[in-house]
Amino acid sequence: MAIFSIPNVRMAGIAAAVPKTEVSNLDYKWIPVKDREMLVKTVGVEKRRVAEQGTATSDLCVASAEKLIQELGWNKQEIELLVFISQSRDYIIPSTSGIIQDRLGLPHSCVAYDIGLGCSGWVYGISAMASMMYASKIKKGLLLVGDISTLTASYRDKSTYPLFGDAATATAFEYNESAVPIHFNLESDGSGYDAIIIQDGGMRNFISKKSFDQKKYGTGIYRNRLQIALNGIEVFNFALREVVPNVKKLLQDISRTPADFDYFVFHQANLLMNETIRKMMKLEKEKVPYTIRKYGNTSSASIPLTIVSELREQITGGKVNLLTCGFGVGLSWGSVAIEANKVVCPPVIDY
Amino acid sequence: MTLEDFIKNIEAEFEDIVPGKLTPETNFREVFDWNSINALILIAMVKTEYGAAINAEDIQKSKTINDLYETVKSKL
Repeated sequence: MAIFSIPNVRMAGIAAAVPKTEVSNLDYKWIPVKDREMLVKTVGVEKRRVAEQGTATSDLCVASAEKLIQELGWNKQEIELLVFISQSRDYIIPSTSGIIQDRLGLPHSCVAYDIGLGCSGWVYGISAMASMMYASKIKKGLLLVGDISTLTASYRDKSTYPLFGDAATATAFEYNESAVPIHFNLESDGSGYDAIIIQDGGMRNFISKKSFDQKKYGTGIYRNRLQIALNGIEVFNFALREVVPNVKKLLQDISRTPADFDYFVFHQANLLMNETIRKMMKLEKEKVPYTIRKYGNTSSASIPLTIVSELREQITGGKVNLLTCGFGVGLSWGSVAIEANKVVCPPVIDY
Repeated sequence: MTLEDFIKNIEAEFEDIVPGKLTPETNFREVFDWNSINALILIAMVKTEYGAAINAEDIQKSKTINDLYETVKSKL
């Protein structure tokens, strides 16, 4: 099990951006009104932000990063690490990280690369940032994490369309020898790779005419092979099986208890799933913030977006011990124990 | 785990069910409009109340409340 700690790296700031356009699941005419109400109540998604076609994940990342850099007062020439994590990159080729490096005006001495992860992306991303900064002593780095998921969800698929919202985030890290260590427990199980999948468009199933054929997969579930498929029950069972043991193992390994943490921020997957996890962990409601009602499941962005939206005052004002856990597509999951101590955090940006 | 408790727990989770209406022989798909969200509610209840994991296939194979009860019991 990959449990490890990295010293000397501090989270300096965090920002998030969402598209301006808001839609309500109570207006989702593909399903009856009664089902919409049940969806809002149980899955927990009432409103979602939806990007216009042509808006890319990088646009939201750049908006977050520019605001964050400005508020941090950072010299862009000192930012020498940029990691972009998403399941909705701008192009098949090339990577998105380079495009962002250029748009932000970061120096050529900047290490920039993409990581293809979704719901676990922010947690994995912090491990990549912290490991590299600790080893290289790079002074400043940006972790850009987010997804535009609404574009690939079929309107006639009730199992995906009302679930996802779009968002992207920027998290700033700095090399600082007085920083408290960051602790990780990261895991993977690719046997469930098809639990959340877009079948066509990659090299395995190259795009063809067949990719556009819409098929019925169940009551109210129609999609083509370029649209996202989600096996809700399988993902639900995966999360209930893996999340709690992962978090508990991390706590045990670093000799901490839930009482040592101010907030537990979970990937905003599904209200019923997250509440079941919260009850299994015996965590107080006040310690577990949610944004799923107003932003939906925002994939890789959900943890940092929830921190910015719900904990902004706390993390800018003083020291907050956070335990966050991301879980989903891959299947990939992991938790991180990280301190937020007077970090810079502008309010959620409407893009 | 008793059948009586199991029925009570199901009644508590699903608002549509009038308490006392469910029996072991009830075909749960006929009691309310069964859908995938109901399946998730059932899976969550079984996990929190009994610590057991049931999957889509388990639910598909079951017809009555008693079938579900036996499935959950076999996983304890």
